[in-house]
Amino acid sequence: MQNLAQQALADIGAATDLAALDEARVRWLGKKGLLTEQLKSLKDVAAAERPAAGQRINEAKQQVQAALDERRVALESAAVEHKLAAGRIDVTSPGRGEQRGGLHPVTQARLRIETLFRAAGFDVAEGPEIEDDFHNFGALNIPPNHPARAMQDTFYFPDGRVLRTHTSPVQIRAMLARGAPLAVIAPGRVYRCDSDVTHSPMFHQVEGLMVDENISFANMKAILHGFVQAFFERDLDMRLRPSYFPFTEPSAEVDMSCVFCSGKGCRICKETGWLEIAGCGMVHPNVLSAAKVDAERYTGYAFGMGIDRLAMLRYGVSDLRLFFESDLRFLRQFQAY
Amino acid sequence: MKISIEWLREWIDSPWDARELGSRLTMCGFELEAMDEASLELNVTPNRGDAMSVLGIAREVAALSGKPLTGPSMDAVSAQSKDVLPVWLDAPSACPKFVGRMVRGVNNRAATPAWMRDRLKSAGVRSISPLVDVTNYVLLELGQPMHVYDLSKLQGGITVRTARAQEPVKLLDGRTVESAPDMLLITDEAGAVGVAGIMGGERTAVAESTTDIFLEVAYFSPEAILGRARKLGLQTDASQRFERGVDPALQERAMERATALILEIAGGKAGPVQVTQSEERLPKRPQVSLRRTQLKRLLGVAIDPARVTKTLTSLGMRVTENSTGWDATPPSHRFDISIEADLVEEVARIVGYEAIPEAHALIPQRFRELSSSKPNERSVLEALAARGYQEAITLAFVDPALQARLFPQHNGLALANPIASDLAVMRVSLWPGLLRAALENQRRQQDRLRLFEHGRRFVPEEIDTLAGVVWGARWPEQWGASKEMRTPADFFDVQADLEALADFTFEPAGLSCLHPGRAARVKRAGDEVGWLGELHPGLVDELGFTYAPVLFELDYERALRIVRPAYEAFSRFPQVRRDLALVIDEAVSFSALRERVLLASPIRPQDCLLFDVYRGPGVETGRKSVALGLIFQDISRTLMDEEIDGAVAAIVAELRAGLNAKIRE
Repeated sequence: MQNLAQQALADIGAATDLAALDEARVRWLGKKGLLTEQLKSLKDVAAAERPAAGQRINEAKQQVQAALDERRVALESAAVEHKLAAGRIDVTSPGRGEQRGGLHPVTQARLRIETLFRAAGFDVAEGPEIEDDFHNFGALNIPPNHPARAMQDTFYFPDGRVLRTHTSPVQIRAMLARGAPLAVIAPGRVYRCDSDVTHSPMFHQVEGLMVDENISFANMKAILHGFVQAFFERDLDMRLRPSYFPFTEPSAEVDMSCVFCSGKGCRICKETGWLEIAGCGMVHPNVLSAAKVDAERYTGYAFGMGIDRLAMLRYGVSDLRLFFESDLRFLRQFQAY
Repeated sequence: MKISIEWLREWIDSPWDARELGSRLTMCGFELEAMDEASLELNVTPNRGDAMSVLGIAREVAALSGKPLTGPSMDAVSAQSKDVLPVWLDAPSACPKFVGRMVRGVNNRAATPAWMRDRLKSAGVRSISPLVDVTNYVLLELGQPMHVYDLSKLQGGITVRTARAQEPVKLLDGRTVESAPDMLLITDEAGAVGVAGIMGGERTAVAESTTDIFLEVAYFSPEAILGRARKLGLQTDASQRFERGVDPALQERAMERATALILEIAGGKAGPVQVTQSEERLPKRPQVSLRRTQLKRLLGVAIDPARVTKTLTSLGMRVTENSTGWDATPPSHRFDISIEADLVEEVARIVGYEAIPEAHALIPQRFRELSSSKPNERSVLEALAARGYQEAITLAFVDPALQARLFPQHNGLALANPIASDLAVMRVSLWPGLLRAALENQRRQQDRLRLFEHGRRFVPEEIDTLAGVVWGARWPEQWGASKEMRTPADFFDVQADLEALADFTFEPAGLSCLHPGRAARVKRAGDEVGWLGELHPGLVDELGFTYAPVLFELDYERALRIVRPAYEAFSRFPQVRRDLALVIDEAVSFSALRERVLLASPIRPQDCLLFDVYRGPGVETGRKSVALGLIFQDISRTLMDEEIDGAVAAIVAELRAGLNAKIRE
């Protein structure tokens, strides 16, 4: 019996797959299996020895069954292991399908500006890109022949209309449409006949305007400094220098500390430590009047910033013209996730 | 404008070194653009013509530092003869004042002294001859342009008058220009001897041999000069100053200064100073009031009243305090001060903008409009970006030839002064710019591209537009893509991109720049909102594309408006699908087929899918085999097999009869 059990265990151990193992089970423990036959042959054993012999056979059967179970588990898990090993993939290879595109860096900067100013209580307004003389110049206190018209090289149409040279006409449109008080920004494309490394005939500005009964220069300083800090996510210094725009009085140029050298002076800021990023001022009473706002009752500030310039500073782009060349090698670098 | 540091020192003993001076001037409105050992280069804004001189900058430094102006003595040069030249002012509004003087016996061959040459040089002006150098010197020092005539070449007296139509003037630079009727001329009996305030004429110009001269120091009103130089294609030191405004009280002083310098360098005997003027037409500087309340309201901070008085006074104003604030009369050279806000700026810029604190405006808390139908720009752009599109920004003016080739039926608005002939008309579509961008990228060895742009087109009204171009393989080159995904993207690929943006429908339509069989009108709820199609094969070749680009263009607002979703009850009963394979004529469109299926069925199918289209062996030419999946489901009960069989039979009968369909078993 011991011998028979040893043979069965060897047989089970030799089974290399589940089918062979099942054959072994049938051979030893099946209805006509060798150990089953042993039980059947008990009737030929002397009655006195029968219990002991029966017990030996049952022990052998149990031993064989245990071996079968153990082997089954081992073979099953080996089969799973094998299947998994065969199904292994290279997870470091790139994913299948389309690759992500992205938004233009100027659009990203513009949407960021819009988000920040909306949160500060400003609406976003729009105006036409082809403007009439009144909105682009006259209402902004720039009469014909005014030297400020020479400051801005204007594209004209034969009928006297112009491609807007700045987003300031939206100030007039917003005030005429909504009246005071109001707080708006107006981002958009503007045009000047000028083209070199720092100028493109088309570029982007964002105009800001806040008009209420007691809006002050101090309010303007606060909003501009707050914006610069929020846009660049840095504790940047800001300074205002007196300047001249026909549509504001007092007027100022806005400098922020250079983002490249933190104000220490470098090539980008021409060693001054400052970068000019906006023009601003208190809305000229003539402008308020042209836009039918009571210039005695209301005061306001306005500012204009170059969106392209903000995008250049934010992303470290050195040539403005790259923005408008639609070169995929350039555009693909701004896939913000 | 370049200002000699040494020259400025003669006019004011400022407490600052050159660097500090530059920074102080920057912070009061005269930005330092560059500096070297000898000079500061300052940006003078167009409202400050009065500061375009050593004297003008010295006045600013005086106001900033509290130091007095010094400057050279300008004593009158007494006349040594009684010679005068008659002067008539025929246009006294344009030229209300003309100061003239004769000097006889000068030597224009004399050498200009080194100190004067040095100062001219540091201001960027070349030394030419004593007479020219002195006029330049006085212009740079006082800001007063002047002119010297060779007396022997003048015929009769001087008349200042407006030009006659197309009256020719031969200028100092040798050019002959035609004057416009709004130009002011200086003339003698023989005609024009100069364009007032802009440039003198050649006929009466001084030469080395000149000995007798007539000096002109005039006041021309800015309105008479503005824009005229530009019309002549000129910009001179004189016109720059007259356009911005020259001090109407400066002429006598400038004349004495110039005479003294000429006599000192070139000798000669001066005649009397001849002042011809129309006093009532000279500009007056009216008194301007400044309220303490308005000063504080505009700046957001109170300024010490004594400081205000001192500041305005230091700028040369006559200031009196009253119960509400101040009355100030600006000096004759300050053309830019006429309203209260101007005085506010003067106070603020001398006190310093840095003295004004930052303080947030208190504005009412309120909700702003959050439209549920206006497209959400970020979502739209991001949806395209997520499908592989890169956003481009192209110029709004395009090549007229390319645009006419694409859209012969549209005339783009032409610019009167384009920057280049291939950027001369406003785009009527975003496609010319996008196709140009696609070609450029093809040239740069890109193998595929998906670009979109959001901007206006001008037809001629401005329409907010979203457009795109797709060119090259459906998917980028990669290890796991089927061969099919590496073949060029077609109409249907881009159609799916549009369907990801909104529930559009597509109808066959023609546009001359598109492939006639692969173009569709894009519709939204019945409205025509755009185009989708493959570029016309003729244009593909002509433009040099290696594959046919697919283009789309949508009217942004109308195409992408958001429709607020509304809940509808859905069926919880089982759905039954029956597939139909049929052969129909090529001309039968899917939308026509689908419509017939839906109309023919007694039970309206939930959906009619198109899951296969086959052309080729086994199907006659001109016919196609299509496979439809019909989904039946009822909202309130389980459908019986017999009902569905009946519905399919009805559909089959209708398709056989109406579309000559052959049903494939």
